[in-house]
Amino acid sequence: MSRVLEVKNLQVDLPTANGTLRAVRGIDLSVEKGEMLCIVGESGCGKSMTSMALMGLLPKKAKVSADKMEFDGLDLLSLSKKKRNGVRGLRMSMIFQEPMTSLNPSYTLGNQLCEGIMRHKGLTKDKAEERAIYLLERAGVPYPEKRLSQYPHQLSGGLRQRVMIAMALMCEPDLIIADEPTTALDVTIQAQILRLIRELQQEFGTAVVFITHDLGVVARIADRVAVMYAGQVVETGLTNDIFNNPSHPYTQGLLSCIPIPGKTAPGSHLESIPGVVPSLIGDLAGCAFRNRCKHATKGCATDTPTLVEFTAPSSHQVRCPVSVESLKEAV
Amino acid sequence: MPQYALELCDLSRHFQLKNGVFSAPTTLKAVDGVSLRIPPGETLGLVGESGCGKSTLAKMILGLLSPTDGSVLVNDQVISNGNRFALAKQLQPIFQDPYSSLNPRKTIRQIISLPLQLHKVGDKRSQQASVKQMSDLVGLPERLLDQYPGQLSGGQRQRVAIARALILKPSILVCDEPTSALDVSVQAQILNLLMDLKQELGLTYLFISHNLGVVEHLVDRVAVMYRGKLVEQGTREDIFRNAQHPYTQALLSSVLTPEPSLGLPELLDDSAWANAS
Repeated sequence: MSRVLEVKNLQVDLPTANGTLRAVRGIDLSVEKGEMLCIVGESGCGKSMTSMALMGLLPKKAKVSADKMEFDGLDLLSLSKKKRNGVRGLRMSMIFQEPMTSLNPSYTLGNQLCEGIMRHKGLTKDKAEERAIYLLERAGVPYPEKRLSQYPHQLSGGLRQRVMIAMALMCEPDLIIADEPTTALDVTIQAQILRLIRELQQEFGTAVVFITHDLGVVARIADRVAVMYAGQVVETGLTNDIFNNPSHPYTQGLLSCIPIPGKTAPGSHLESIPGVVPSLIGDLAGCAFRNRCKHATKGCATDTPTLVEFTAPSSHQVRCPVSVESLKEAV
Repeated sequence: MPQYALELCDLSRHFQLKNGVFSAPTTLKAVDGVSLRIPPGETLGLVGESGCGKSTLAKMILGLLSPTDGSVLVNDQVISNGNRFALAKQLQPIFQDPYSSLNPRKTIRQIISLPLQLHKVGDKRSQQASVKQMSDLVGLPERLLDQYPGQLSGGQRQRVAIARALILKPSILVCDEPTSALDVSVQAQILNLLMDLKQELGLTYLFISHNLGVVEHLVDRVAVMYRGKLVEQGTREDIFRNAQHPYTQALLSSVLTPEPSLGLPELLDDSAWANAS
């Protein structure tokens, strides 16, 4: 398998009136061809900032730095703006969260679907529309020929998200970044859209970075998972390892918060994670999660934990010395 | 003790949609002949997809929208324009989005005490005392009372909304997606709070949600709505173990629990239930 994306020590700093907000604090990511990597975390953990940094869509005042940010051999950090524009849309594309607001209401769908491929690949309008119709059909949009002359408001939310998916696939990208693509949709539609993304991904061999806050979605579609908290990855590994053997206290807490039909006793007290996310302005000393953690020790306040691999073959990594210690004892 | 805390009799709300100057308006039946009864102390979960009429129904129950047909009875009294204000003391809402349901220019103290002022309950001192009591009850630290909603987190704002709803000591709470805008760790806190309050104060809940995991955890009975109509209602066991209507079955199979071995549910064909209602 070839590596499509490799990121080492990604940092995103946003200047605010109260100081520098360090939204992403050193993230390592890698995605193989045809792989689905899910980044999961609660609001404000930096998952959307990570995706925007990868796409190069952050506001100008945001500072992005990384030791390495390579997309299929291309160094994204040193790429000129013009070259970056050539990559974005052609080889990396994005599915946004809100199908209601991410399509331009004043252009037809055909116009928006074809714009990218005509610009990047120099296709004629007829050829581009042919491909758009083909992809709309694959994405399960009924009457694809008619849709090209329609406007976004004439479609339901689910259909709009299907159009967004077709749009992301227009240029056969190597990498799709999907930022909460099903959050605004109903549960029955969500299941259909997830299945569609998974099927098309396997058919075209596209790598997908899927960003969500919903652990239920992650469990069902991911190959690998990265759990983010306060701008850092706190646990990463294969999906089965993360869900069957969650090892960071935050991951454990998240999983026990969710009532599961048939498993959680109805009406029983749900576990919750006490406290709130720390402010991301300035530096954080020690473990970012220690104030909400049941297992916190004195050392957690002073020693900043690093990601430690503890099951060698499956690359399950955890940023918590306390639980790594207890796992070693258990073995 | 009234027989039913909340009773909906054949409730309908139709909207006339104008399609153009010359064509005749079409009728949208947002809520179409819904009958429901909730005995005191029970929690009823109302589920359905967006656009099925859940929120229109909630608005009619709260008296914010008048029904085209049928009636709403609160503690055996029919809601009408004459007693809407008085019945508000017995029936209070918690809305979905704690970011837009609180006035950003009022302090938390002002927000929570406003219902007392509107209903002229007690004097200033007793009002302040009950604000303090309520904020204790919902777990809101006292130091936050003089801050503005913009300075609070989502979970704290939803606690403010709950305190505001409870300050008139209502017997019924209408919760319209109270946790869907919150993170899961905070959602668990709010759900625990709602369950504790129910125990403590003997509240009746109408709990509107599209999250079936949450609904199963919280409610005694479930009503499933589809295109403005109730397609199925029953006890929690009836619905979650033995759903009859194809739409309910489809909803249940689309719930994604964090169990990686289960994979994605089979694609559902919506024609199975589109005409079955």
